[in-house]
Amino acid sequence: MVERQSARLERKKFFSDPILVSTIVVLLIFLALFILYPLATLLIDSIYSADTGFTLDVFKRVLDMARFRTAFTNTLTLGMITGFASTLIGLLFAYVDVYMKVRSRMVKKLFDVVSLLPVVSPPFVLSLSMILLFGRSGLVTRTLLGIYDSDVYGLAGIAIVQTLTFFPVCYLMLKGLLKNIDPSLEEASRDMGASRWKVFTTVTLPLLLPGLGNAFLVTFIESVADFANPMLIGGSYDTLSTTIYLQVTGAYDKVGAAGMAVVLLGLTLVLFLIQKYYLEARTVATLTGKASRERMLIADKSVTRPLTIFCSIVSAFVLLMYISIPFGALFKLWGRNYSLSWVHFEYIFKYGGLKVFRDSFVLSLIASPITALLSMIISYLVVKKKFRSKALIEFVSMLAMAVPGTVLGVGYIRGFAGGLFGSGLLKGLYGTGAILIIVFVVRSLPVGTRSGISALRQIDKSIEESAYDLGAGSGRVFTSVTLPLIKDSFFSGLVTTFVRSITAISAIILLVTPKYLLITSQINEFAEKGKYGEACAYATILILIVYASISLMNLLLKYFGTSRKLKGGQKHG
Amino acid sequence: MDKVSKGVRLEHISKIYQNPKTKMDFYAVQDVSLNIQPGSFVTLLGPSGCGKTTTLRMIAGFESPDEGEIYLGEEPINELTPNKRDTAMVFQSYALFPHYNVYDNVAYGLRLRKVSKEELDQRVQNILQLVEMDGMENRMTNQLSGGQQQRVALARALVVEPGVLLFDEPLSNLDAKLRVSMRTEIRRIQQKLGITAIYVTHDQSEAMSISDQIILMNQGVIAQMGTPMEIYYHPSSEFVADFIGEANFLEGQVISSQGRLCRVLLQGREALVESDRPMEPGKDCKIVLRPEAIRLGDEGLLPCKVELSCFMGSYQNYHVRVGETLVKIADNCPINKKIYAAGDTAYMSFDKECAHLL
Repeated sequence: MVERQSARLERKKFFSDPILVSTIVVLLIFLALFILYPLATLLIDSIYSADTGFTLDVFKRVLDMARFRTAFTNTLTLGMITGFASTLIGLLFAYVDVYMKVRSRMVKKLFDVVSLLPVVSPPFVLSLSMILLFGRSGLVTRTLLGIYDSDVYGLAGIAIVQTLTFFPVCYLMLKGLLKNIDPSLEEASRDMGASRWKVFTTVTLPLLLPGLGNAFLVTFIESVADFANPMLIGGSYDTLSTTIYLQVTGAYDKVGAAGMAVVLLGLTLVLFLIQKYYLEARTVATLTGKASRERMLIADKSVTRPLTIFCSIVSAFVLLMYISIPFGALFKLWGRNYSLSWVHFEYIFKYGGLKVFRDSFVLSLIASPITALLSMIISYLVVKKKFRSKALIEFVSMLAMAVPGTVLGVGYIRGFAGGLFGSGLLKGLYGTGAILIIVFVVRSLPVGTRSGISALRQIDKSIEESAYDLGAGSGRVFTSVTLPLIKDSFFSGLVTTFVRSITAISAIILLVTPKYLLITSQINEFAEKGKYGEACAYATILILIVYASISLMNLLLKYFGTSRKLKGGQKHG
Repeated sequence: MDKVSKGVRLEHISKIYQNPKTKMDFYAVQDVSLNIQPGSFVTLLGPSGCGKTTTLRMIAGFESPDEGEIYLGEEPINELTPNKRDTAMVFQSYALFPHYNVYDNVAYGLRLRKVSKEELDQRVQNILQLVEMDGMENRMTNQLSGGQQQRVALARALVVEPGVLLFDEPLSNLDAKLRVSMRTEIRRIQQKLGITAIYVTHDQSEAMSISDQIILMNQGVIAQMGTPMEIYYHPSSEFVADFIGEANFLEGQVISSQGRLCRVLLQGREALVESDRPMEPGKDCKIVLRPEAIRLGDEGLLPCKVELSCFMGSYQNYHVRVGETLVKIADNCPINKKIYAAGDTAYMSFDKECAHLL
């Protein structure tokens, strides 16, 4: 085919913009080096060896391990249970919130708090409090009920903890969808004689179905990728991510771990692709319209009362679990001596606690502006620019979302411990703070990019075109127009990255060295040793840090945010 | 304005797009050649999807042509990015920067050009005065009405003194009354500055009132080019006649043709009409008649039956049936005339200057 003149001209125009070209090149190198390369290394590791050439021996060996097969079925079972339970509870919460007349202000407030908690909390806090409340020396099991052989470790424990951690995500997703259902659809059904239950099963539920599937898969992926909860409360119930971790740290079998990681990656990737390209599109397709007017809320007490009470109990339970963390740190010896003392805090600060906090804080703080800026640039390129590698950039930065932290961790070990392709190039990176920062960036990039993309899609493309037309090059358009317009997204990218980084564990647990001790790895270590007081002390301070950063972000958005101004401006457009 | 405004020349410009559903390529713009004189006001007019906006965006540089070359003045500009072209565009959505106030919006282009502080201030003030927005420098754009935003957008484009000013349906977001006053305003400013303007619209009355030249496009090709009057009274095709104003089409047969005059057989009667070109006797033809060019009376050329008669204030609106054909008539100043009711029989007639043979 003869090349079109327009293609030639577009290319010429593209290359006459040096800032744009060099940005894209740098970006491609970054994504290739820190996302594609480590994953590719895992794949190569498991199908190729220098001695025997191409071989599936590694897979064969891994598949023959009974431990691996159990872990595989365990992971799927756990994912199923957590996915179903989270979606169901999330749906109940969303339904009560959107459809029911709830008089009590308290209940609404409780819902808000519960939906915020998993954002604020490190990923494994609930496991800690589960052990504190229901473990062998648990407050509820032993002190209140007098059960001495209570066992929270295992499938039930992880499933409960994961469900309580992930259902708020489902709640928020489904709430958004329910709000978009036009009430007149349901009124039409009711008007034609359907009972309320019939309306729910024939109108609301079918409309919501892709959304439910979406919520289920999102939770399923989270559950499969979760490392810290199975680690802390799993007991002998190993999942893929903990097995991979033990394969590296216990059996020193990095190649076997690579093989397992490829299996885990394949699993999450398939789920992710279904979720992203099949369900997400359908969710949007069925529910695009905005509600035309207010919904008549259900006031029938026989319906509202049991559901509200159920949701309140769940919320109160979650709240109780969070509250037990600071108390876990303040009680002298959980289960035996419930007198208040600072010993646990004193202990952690005596043994290097300050350095741990400083390292975590500084590394996360460095990662956050890098991530925020990078994700804004990526979203700008993806939404507003046309170039050939665009699809690749978008795909790779989203791919990072589907990669479980443990997989990434193993990939970095295999990819960077011996330098690039074992050549010793960039070898210096391994074991430094820089590689931890890079991991933080890679882990938060998809979140920031997604928020940037959705913010940019709201902005009329002619605003940037007019700057371009008036004489600004791509770099200038980005800094003078685009970035100020998505300031909100940039700010929240800053804080989100910071929070995600400082609470991260799965990806970095394999990469931390004694040189840099991080809060999360310390919590994990103390909890492993059964020193729950110290673990709780770390966790309490961590929660405070995270909560403070989020409050700071809200303050920033309130005073420097653009959203209010922009919303006013859209009226005339 | 010190700078000379430039002409624009399009030579055999085409743009090919792909239909996203059928994956078939089609010409969004096909073989368009134009020569726009410096200082003139030219309107690209046509129904949606006719290629007018694509043509404008190719001139601005947002799209690249698949065939042909675009010249700005004498310079070929195909390879230049929008920021390197001496054009400034006023967008349909105004595209004001919501994070800047009025002053900074207008100053944006000048700051990119590294104009000295004094000159910048002077030029911004002058242009704001010209668009009657002085005193509003510190307003944020969301504190402005639609018309005011439009003025700021115009000022922002004008202040950089572009060789050509481009308008992409700038008035379509305004209400009807404001639209009329803004278009006079745009025309006033354009004439005062003597700047070349290319204006895209789908609104034919806007195009008629504002332009030196109208370029009517349909399905990617130019249907007709000319002054508003030429296009209105001498449409070259049924599409043009129908798109610009209201038109009635009467089928007839040429009896004889002599210079610009034609004898035509219409519904069995003989009528005299004007034609741009000689017509072959015996050939079927179509006569274009504007509604306001037809008179209704108790006697006249063609008998007709009134089907609808309604009073519209400045005129009486009739639908009459002539043979099989429905003809719309707008009879001005009805108070001086006999008014026919639906069901009446009457006669219609017209002057030969007002009828145009296709």
